[in-house]
Amino acid sequence: MTLKDLKPGQEGTVISIGEKGPVRRRIMDMGVTPGTQVKVIKVAPLGDPIEINIRGYELSLRKTEASQIEIE
Amino acid sequence: MSYTIALAGNPNCGKTTLFNELTGSKQHVGNWPGVTVEKKEGLYRKNKELNILDLPGTYSLSPYSAEELIARDYIVKEKPDVVINIVDATSIERNLYLTLQILETGIKTVVALNMMDEVEQRGDQINFDKLSKSLGVKVIPITAKSRKGLDNLMHEVEEVAKGDIRPTQISVFHGKIPQIIAQVSSVIQEENEQYGNWKALKILENDQQILDSLKEDDQLRVTQIVNQAEKEYQMDLEAEIADQRYQFIANITKASVVKKSTGYTETTSDKLDKVLTNRFAAIPIFAIIMYLLFATTFSESFLFIEGLQSPGVWLAGLAETVWGFLTGLLEGVLVNASPWVFSLVIDGIMGGLGAIVGFIPLVLVLFLLISFLEDCGYMARIAFVMDRIFRKFGLSGRSFIPLLMGFGCSVPAMTATRTLESEKDRKITTIITGFMPCGAKVPIFAMFVSVFFADGNKTLVTYSIYMLSIVVAILISLFLNKVVYKSGASNFIMELPKYRIPMAKTVFIHGYEKIKDFAIKAGTIIFMSTIILWLLSNFNVDSFNGKNAAASDNGSNLAEMDDSFLADIGNVIAPVFKPLGFGEWRPTVGVITGWIAKENVVVTFAQLYDDDVTEEYLETFFQKYTTEELSDFGFEDGVYDFDTAFTIYSEVILFEGQDENAFHTMKDDIKTKAAAYAYMVFNLLCMPCFAAVGAMKRELKTWRLTGFGIFVQMTTAYLVSLMIYQIGNLIGKF
Ligand SMILES: Nc1nc2c(ncn2[C@@H]2O[C@H](COP(=O)(O)OP(=O)(O)O)[C@@H](O)[C@H]2O)c(=O)[nH]1
Ligand SMILES: [Mg+2]
Repeated sequence: MTLKDLKPGQEGTVISIGEKGPVRRRIMDMGVTPGTQVKVIKVAPLGDPIEINIRGYELSLRKTEASQIEIE
Repeated sequence: MSYTIALAGNPNCGKTTLFNELTGSKQHVGNWPGVTVEKKEGLYRKNKELNILDLPGTYSLSPYSAEELIARDYIVKEKPDVVINIVDATSIERNLYLTLQILETGIKTVVALNMMDEVEQRGDQINFDKLSKSLGVKVIPITAKSRKGLDNLMHEVEEVAKGDIRPTQISVFHGKIPQIIAQVSSVIQEENEQYGNWKALKILENDQQILDSLKEDDQLRVTQIVNQAEKEYQMDLEAEIADQRYQFIANITKASVVKKSTGYTETTSDKLDKVLTNRFAAIPIFAIIMYLLFATTFSESFLFIEGLQSPGVWLAGLAETVWGFLTGLLEGVLVNASPWVFSLVIDGIMGGLGAIVGFIPLVLVLFLLISFLEDCGYMARIAFVMDRIFRKFGLSGRSFIPLLMGFGCSVPAMTATRTLESEKDRKITTIITGFMPCGAKVPIFAMFVSVFFADGNKTLVTYSIYMLSIVVAILISLFLNKVVYKSGASNFIMELPKYRIPMAKTVFIHGYEKIKDFAIKAGTIIFMSTIILWLLSNFNVDSFNGKNAAASDNGSNLAEMDDSFLADIGNVIAPVFKPLGFGEWRPTVGVITGWIAKENVVVTFAQLYDDDVTEEYLETFFQKYTTEELSDFGFEDGVYDFDTAFTIYSEVILFEGQDENAFHTMKDDIKTKAAAYAYMVFNLLCMPCFAAVGAMKRELKTWRLTGFGIFVQMTTAYLVSLMIYQIGNLIGKF
């Protein structure tokens, strides 16, 4: 399952993050690393991006980016 | 002895607030060489030995944007004496990630734990001593907003600056990593010594910039080490390092931070956000906020109340009245001066400066509002809400504000691009904001539509121009993104900061700096270009050989505009516009005077087609109005007089498109509807007025980039008008 599949209000734990490259780097720099708890807060009014809570703050990312984040 | 103290931290951690509190109002705002990023410096109020520098906000020392690269290069290359690393204590984990990376560089550091008021309010507890021991540097709690702890912080910073207290080495990494770092380190030894293991670590993190900086054979050797290690230990070094940093942080925060409640708790900010970005309410709320932003700056009937001027318009009016009064005084002083001196001072200098004075209130009002939106955290939500639409054009949702403001006036609109996060977005948005149909372009459309499209649907024609400006802006944005900046797929990994009430002081300092900077940087350009055009439009060769003076009854050596250098220039350039349908000198001069201010196009036409705007014509024209109507137009006591008539005709009647029969002879120069439409479009899209060019230069920083922007605007205007005229002509033939 990926982060994209979570509905607002649902939580999960990060397992891995997609392909090597600057985007993954950034995602990890922002604190999305294996083992962290994430909770989806909401989806933007136009359906994309989404907002998640991680490490005590709010992060937004697009669904394409969320779909690279494996969770359980 | 003087010391450089750099402020580094995540975006929204309170850097600007701290900077303002430390330096007071004496700040120097410049820009980092070659980029559109502001650089702020100032001396510490209580000890002028300490020069404080505000670095761009950054999440990591692996640079992701131009801003982040500046912050990192500054820390590792310029090496400030001390780095104050500001940590937002309410999201301490993510903030400490940057802290660890700063410590890796081995630079002298003091950690300032900010937002302690919020931490206390939540009932969380932080053991500073423990945290300090774990990090190997001093950790000082502060509340920048209420200046709490600042003296303590600066005392510590001074000690560190003057002493020789280096951060104590801490071991963040475990497993195979330290060993691989050591291997890489030994290869790049001489290049690495001053950084401890920093460079080696960055190489493990696959940092292209650092790799490129190595000697070629070293590059090969380190890549080999990295590849071999990844294969041998079956791990992804880059991910492993980020992971281990966060593990380390998790361990130390577990030991030194006691949270009152664990897991997700809904704060007031979260509740507010539930409303502001709610699925159904978000867009209406956004629309209302944007309306207020626009109306407060530009509206003539604020909040839909007829005749109530908005703060921006009112202040601009006030500034212009005061300026008019000063000009009047000067006119009195200069009555006996020679005509050219009079004209130079009144039309040239006072006119040029007046243009700047009139814009300052608009820039100020818009800026105060935007700073507020930015500092309170709503700006990030605009990007969140609008991203879906704007990503298609290769822009950020935040570009919406400058573009919307462009409908009012591109001068403040362009200065609003500062809120855009990426340098590429700032450049593109500044350039395409020039395409927007600003208030001053409206009279051009009104006049042309009324004269050439009197028989058609005037509203539809005007509307089509507005639509065209948006379509062109989108296309050019896409073009610049794909072709010029070659940006690949964009992404949107952005923090949504907590809502916080901004400090009035910070907002006002922003506003003050903005207008100071605008007045100086943009002002110079506005002023110089107005003077040059004044020269060109008031003189000809005969001004200097006495022929003009001899012919004039008051000895003036000035020339009429239709006989000036400007007319000559118009004649030379005119053929360029032949393929667009208006290749005659008068329309060409109109385009040029439009650069002083776009509405000038109309006034210039009234001056140049003077065979059409004769005394008799005006008298007949105004005959149809009652005394009351005449008085509404601005005739004293509603009595017609020729002197006022010309001004009212050109600046009211033509501006509002109320004379469908204006300028008969104009139709010899601009013969068809297609040509008229092409002319409107050319004025819409070509270089904006000099004031906007000044604002553009102010945002784009370099002449090269500003020149490029103007080139894009001119080429776009030419090509689009060409297409319109040629296609319009073809259709006309059927
Ligand atoms: N509660 C609280 N808010 C603060 C403090 N310092 C700054 N802020 C607020 O946090 C927001 C972001 O601050 P700013 O200085 O613009 O952060 P920057 O992005 O790092 O420059 C603003 O609304 C500030 O008023 C503080 O110590 N306590
Ligand atoms: Mg700031």
